[in-house]
Amino acid sequence: MKGEASVFPVRLRILILAGAGFLLLAGVTGRMIWLMVWQSAYYEEEAADVQQRERAIKAARGEIYDRNGTLLAGNRTVCTVSVVHNQITNPEQVISSLSDILELDRDTVRKKVEKYSSREIVATNVDKEKGDEIRALHMAGVKVDEDYKRYYPLGSLASKVLGFTGGDNQGILGLEVQYDRLLQGTGGVILTPTDAAGTELVQEAEKRIDPVAGSNLYLTLDADLQSFAQQTAESLYEEKSALHVSIIVMNPKDGEIYAMADVPEYDLNDPFTLYHEDGSPYSDGELSSMTEKERSDLRNGMWRNFCINDTYEPGSTFKIITMAAGLSEGVVTPESAFFCPGYKIVEDRRIRCHKRGGHGSETFVQGAMNSCNPVFMEVGLRIGPSVFMKYIEQFRILEKTGVDLPGEASTIMHSLENIGEVELATMSFGQSFQLTPLRHLTTICSLINGGNTIIPHFAAYSEDAAGEKVTCFTWESDGQVLKPDVSETVRTILEAVVAEGSGNKAYIEGYRIGGKTATSEKLPRGNGKYISSFVGFVPADDPQAAVLVLVNEPRGVYYGGTVCAPAAAEILGNILPFLEERY
Amino acid sequence: MQTIASRNETGKGNEKVREKVIGRKHFRIVPDEYGQHYDHKLLITIFVLCCFGLVMVYSSSAYVASVSGKGEYYFLIREAVFMAIGIAVMLLISKLDYHWFVKFTAPLYLLSVALMVLTDFTPFGVEINGQKRWLNLFPGVKSLPTYQPTEIVKIALILTFAYMINRCIKNIDRLPVMFTMILMLAPLAGLVVINNLSSGIIIAGIGCFMYFIASRRKKLYLVLLVLVSAAVVVIYLKPTVLVSLHLVEDYQLTRIQVWKDPSVDPLDKGFQVLQGLYAIGSGGLFGKGLGSSVQKLGFIPESHNDMIFSIICEELGIFGAVCVIVLFAYMIYRFVYIILRAPDLYGAMIVSGVLIHIALQVILNIAVVTNTIPNTGVTLPFISYGGTSVAILLAEMGMVLSVSNQIIYEK
Repeated sequence: MKGEASVFPVRLRILILAGAGFLLLAGVTGRMIWLMVWQSAYYEEEAADVQQRERAIKAARGEIYDRNGTLLAGNRTVCTVSVVHNQITNPEQVISSLSDILELDRDTVRKKVEKYSSREIVATNVDKEKGDEIRALHMAGVKVDEDYKRYYPLGSLASKVLGFTGGDNQGILGLEVQYDRLLQGTGGVILTPTDAAGTELVQEAEKRIDPVAGSNLYLTLDADLQSFAQQTAESLYEEKSALHVSIIVMNPKDGEIYAMADVPEYDLNDPFTLYHEDGSPYSDGELSSMTEKERSDLRNGMWRNFCINDTYEPGSTFKIITMAAGLSEGVVTPESAFFCPGYKIVEDRRIRCHKRGGHGSETFVQGAMNSCNPVFMEVGLRIGPSVFMKYIEQFRILEKTGVDLPGEASTIMHSLENIGEVELATMSFGQSFQLTPLRHLTTICSLINGGNTIIPHFAAYSEDAAGEKVTCFTWESDGQVLKPDVSETVRTILEAVVAEGSGNKAYIEGYRIGGKTATSEKLPRGNGKYISSFVGFVPADDPQAAVLVLVNEPRGVYYGGTVCAPAAAEILGNILPFLEERY
Repeated sequence: MQTIASRNETGKGNEKVREKVIGRKHFRIVPDEYGQHYDHKLLITIFVLCCFGLVMVYSSSAYVASVSGKGEYYFLIREAVFMAIGIAVMLLISKLDYHWFVKFTAPLYLLSVALMVLTDFTPFGVEINGQKRWLNLFPGVKSLPTYQPTEIVKIALILTFAYMINRCIKNIDRLPVMFTMILMLAPLAGLVVINNLSSGIIIAGIGCFMYFIASRRKKLYLVLLVLVSAAVVVIYLKPTVLVSLHLVEDYQLTRIQVWKDPSVDPLDKGFQVLQGLYAIGSGGLFGKGLGSSVQKLGFIPESHNDMIFSIICEELGIFGAVCVIVLFAYMIYRFVYIILRAPDLYGAMIVSGVLIHIALQVILNIAVVTNTIPNTGVTLPFISYGGTSVAILLAEMGMVLSVSNQIIYEK
């Protein structure tokens, strides 16, 4: 039997089978190597993603200062308290301590503690003292992360300019949203290696990417002037029971805005609470009876900045523009003679002067001092529609000012082909079109500063968190819109308006103040609602500061010269010594 | 070539072999004159794989075992105990004359059918992870160890087919013989498929390929090859057709879709494969180092079991993984060596059956782990955790060694 062969019918077949086996084995090996070499980067990254727990560290938001370094918007440290389910050793203690300290409902906390998740947030925006108190208890599975919350030390000061941030430290309104990217900084992150259940691996080191704090922003705003302007506006608001009062103070030469008040302002540290007109807050019942849209409309109304977001008919202050255009075009000189019978007939319409009996014979300067409508209608008609519109465009009235606040409204103006004589006549004294108060003041500034266009603005410069890199903002505007000598004539006439004319309530002895009053009836005409305003500047020969005071729907006396001029005088009289002292 | 003489001396030799195979009805130790070869190379390969398996089972299970409160050595100790028993059985069997196994063929076959019926249809079957694949002989006593009877089915099938092929080699291509073999295979494969598709495929594969080796039929296998290729193409390109033809169930369709892109269901169906791929992808050339896998920390379900190869990739890199594959390739090479030199057809068919079993499991396991084929539970022989599985594998190795023990070289 030795040497007996195995009876093996198809020897080849076993070789085929083994060969096929080796081929398949080589195939899966090839695929494995492909995965491990060419796909390795992708899978490694994905693996790191599931193997690490990310805890975001917020970057401190940049602070906002006024031009003198007064803090307008800063950060307060608050805490976020969270629980990690599978690290908790004594759930009952955690539930009772957290609900006591955070004043939360026990069941709410219990639900979060017992929820099987890698991290559950129990409370945000917890005061630092409470956070420290919780941390001092050293409870396993309870994490207290420090976080920042925006706060505004001066409360409602310049609320409509600064705006506020949301819970995630993101700008919602005003400068906070305009300069959000600059202020935000870059968030950091803590990467903790974990096992699949989310338990942190003690022996593995955490990776930490530090956050970069946002840059600090320095404004042209002056907190003291702002405060003064805001108080002035508030007393007007009270006194005249007005709908609201706006005051803008700016440098007519470079467009720096010193103050922008829009009373009623709101509390930046509590921007969502709604108040009745009498100052009492809406009750919960009232709030819940409103629809979401009603609530948000009310809030938007509260946050709205009339100076920028709304338009109005400027009225007589617009005569400054007609004056500049007429003088520049040469259709009128200061000495030109006019006669006012108390009305002017344009086409088939009889358009009244505010003085029923008429001003009689007067020069152009006297017409301006009297704020005489027929005089300016005549000037407008002499200029003609197309040239008048050319000046409107040249004075940038149709453009936005470019101010660094969101939501600037556009001017609403007739198009040239719709301007007949009647329209032109009414436009000449500032009716039948609308623009924003800031647009109006900016244009007037460019007419009295020697004829140069300016961009009104708040941001002066920014500084990174380390205080090293300073970035200045440039606000240069290119245009010469009026000859300097015409500009000088305009200033002289406006000085006369205050010294001896309709703006005499803005006169202060010892100061050369120029200005113009306005009283415009709100649409629809005849409803007895007015907007009174006054535009002024000081000193008249070389303006350092310009101011616009606007009272929306004053009760009682509503003449701009009576209502607004004294308030403007108060600001203009104080501002020069103030500026001299400081700069 | 230094091989055995007159291998293809069919007919007369065949008769004698059969006489020899069937004739021996008593237990005996192989006499000395047969002990010419004994494949020590295979034996060493088995030992190396077993030791490596123990290390990897410990590495991949320690964290999860200790977190779940069983103690980090729980799986290592159980695996080591079964391995020790298995090695003792293997060494014993390897010293026996394999012709004596014939006596156990019928009882093993019947036992397999009985166990599978018990698992599938009676409360003795235990459901683990939603699949009823385990057998507990004392149902209700939960702490008792459970067994996967499919492993016994494999060994029974190998012995049955080796016996039948050897018995009917002359008429192997005749239809009655072929149908008899199919009839023998069907109940085993059918009973296994009911609870475990992948084991069913392996069992059917063992049967088909063993018959393939013995048969002279060509067309049959060509047709089968074409059919299987067509099925693969259809599954890959248009799996929805199979659902409308009621060939696959909806849950199998989702499995196919998840296979094509595991990220469509990253948290459920695609979770295991995706986590395995993360492990493989983060291995690199030499891996993170033994014991340093992160994915074994509970990310990969059953990381010490079906998915152990992905942990090998993560910890030992391409280098380690290729070493393991080379070890298996070498093992298969040893099997071929023994088959070609086996003293008779019966021995050759036993080794062929074991070869097909090991090769199928290795290829399918690595294919699943690398997401080359849809996810199905196949363990990696010797390395994956599984007490019954490794003990029975070692018994099969004992049979192979026993065949190798009777190789006689021509002087």
